[in-house]
Amino acid sequence: MVNIIWGVFILVGIVYSLINGNIMEINNVILQSGKDGFNLIKEIAPLLVIWMGLMRIAETSGLIKRIAEIMTPILSKLFPKIPKGHESIGYIASNVAVNMAGLDSAATPFGLKAMEKLQELNTDKKRATTSMITFLVLNTAGVTLIPTTIISLRMMYGSENPTIVIPACLIATLSAQIGGLTLDYLIRRKNGNS
Amino acid sequence: MATVSFIALPLLVFFIVFYGFKKKINIYDEFLIGAKNGLSMTVKILPNIVGMLFAINILIKSNLIHDLFKFLQPFLENLGLSSDILPMCFLRSISGSSTLAIMSNIFKEYGPDSTMGLLASVIQGSSDTTLYVIALYYASVGINKNRYALSVGLFSDLCGIIVSFLLVYLFF
Repeated sequence: MVNIIWGVFILVGIVYSLINGNIMEINNVILQSGKDGFNLIKEIAPLLVIWMGLMRIAETSGLIKRIAEIMTPILSKLFPKIPKGHESIGYIASNVAVNMAGLDSAATPFGLKAMEKLQELNTDKKRATTSMITFLVLNTAGVTLIPTTIISLRMMYGSENPTIVIPACLIATLSAQIGGLTLDYLIRRKNGNS
Repeated sequence: MATVSFIALPLLVFFIVFYGFKKKINIYDEFLIGAKNGLSMTVKILPNIVGMLFAINILIKSNLIHDLFKFLQPFLENLGLSSDILPMCFLRSISGSSTLAIMSNIFKEYGPDSTMGLLASVIQGSSDTTLYVIALYYASVGINKNRYALSVGLFSDLCGIIVSFLLVYLFF
């Protein structure tokens, strides 16, 4: 599906800008876009290096394993295929917790690490497992208790009450979460969890 | 409330290092091993991020989405909204940086406490950037059979956006 979306974005974008005379703009995008990607990596890379290092400490010291053991009873309902106390549960739980605290930059390395651990349980290394998909659904809804970027932007533009949107954001993101997990659950049940 | 976020990160780092000390492992050696993995992971995800941004930027800069939603303008005006909010709904799953830019523009034009401003805030907070997360996480472990992850992710985003509209109309 990503293959199709990627192609459609490019083809449709170019054809439409040819029609509306916006092709100069696309010319720039083609020349500049690589730079945007590298800039984004430039921001992610230092975080990955530091957090992968810290997480290695947490893993060797047994901290991740501990978190996994504590969280297994809660998360095993969502992830029936992950063995009890497997480290991936520890990373999934940490990823969700860090995300909720509004620290999305620190959450990504935990998420990538969770994927790495889930991949160890995977028999067909090219094909996503149901556990991976459930984890992605859990992650993309991005439940956050304090949406720091939104609040600081509201402040910047002179809002009288920047934090008034917090409850609404929380309800909206929880609804997205519940909707996604429900559909995921139904698909899994239909496929017999494979 | 924002202070909670500032304390959380140092506490997390403190706890990880402290726990490593307590278990008597070579913390710095372990850190270096992990950091090296972080570096190779960066190299692994780079082509994916560059490739995704390339396609997304072409679509956004073609103005197609913006123009596509113009015909809904009269309907939205009845609700006291402008069609400026629609690209935001559509792009929320695709590009976090462009919805952030749209939100800032809405704040500038209508004010953060207007219906438009509130709606933009809630939509921005309703989800993470689904396409980006899925592409990034799959690429990091080399999976190319994505199965139904994207459909479910997009459905989840849709739920979030619908609820955002409802909330803003019910409570603000």
